[in-house]
Amino acid sequence: MTARIQVPREVQRGAVFEVRIAIQHPMETGFRYDLMGKPIPKNVINTLVCRYGGAEAFRAELGSGIAANPYLQFYTVAEASGDLEFSWVDDAGERGSERVTVNVVE
Amino acid sequence: MNHARRRFLAGCSGVLMAPLAVPRASAEEADTLTPAIREVTGGAPLKTGRVTLEIPRIADNGNAVPLKVSVESAMTAQDHVRSIHLLSEKNPRTVMARFFLGPRAGKAQINTRVRLNGTQHIVAVAAMSDGSYWSGTAEVDVTESACYDATNP
Repeated sequence: MTARIQVPREVQRGAVFEVRIAIQHPMETGFRYDLMGKPIPKNVINTLVCRYGGAEAFRAELGSGIAANPYLQFYTVAEASGDLEFSWVDDAGERGSERVTVNVVE
Repeated sequence: MNHARRRFLAGCSGVLMAPLAVPRASAEEADTLTPAIREVTGGAPLKTGRVTLEIPRIADNGNAVPLKVSVESAMTAQDHVRSIHLLSEKNPRTVMARFFLGPRAGKAQINTRVRLNGTQHIVAVAAMSDGSYWSGTAEVDVTESACYDATNP
């Protein structure tokens, strides 16, 4: 599962900045059928956690109501330069993770 | 004779008109949204306001509808949004997503893309740190529904 994360190149300390993440995933609803008429089992990314400086900054519990290749945009306060670590898991138990570094300037 | 006919017609209209007077939409909402909201609030009163849902009034494709939810909050340690719950009136699964944030978010706003099964109302419920619950609603017309199989297996 590949993911793309976007954060500003540098952020002022204390400023609120935008974080965007898009993960490649079909977000299978469980309501679709394959060509043989067999139901395709539900498989969605059910949990996504974002840690910033080691502490949880944002968490999402997603369902089949979220579009394929889930995209999320949220905000967080720039505290110190460090990594934003994302980790997620889908219904099949497959885990993914990605990190991006935030540069905080004075 | 004539009076009997009048009484009969009056009786008929009472029987026939009564179910029609109940709006269909509110009956359906009671089925899915109310239990989902109760699950979030735990029976606490739900106030309207502070939550803004932005979604196109008309969505061509229900498979990916851009949605923005924002909550008016100072986002301080004393007063912040704990969680935001996105609920759909007509999707086969009412809860679309739950987001958990805290004072570190700085700003209570989340953008995402949702799947919508038909024209409906979307409700966002925000749980605040002071224990209050606020909600915002948006109406969206969906031209082409997502998960067609769910309603027509």
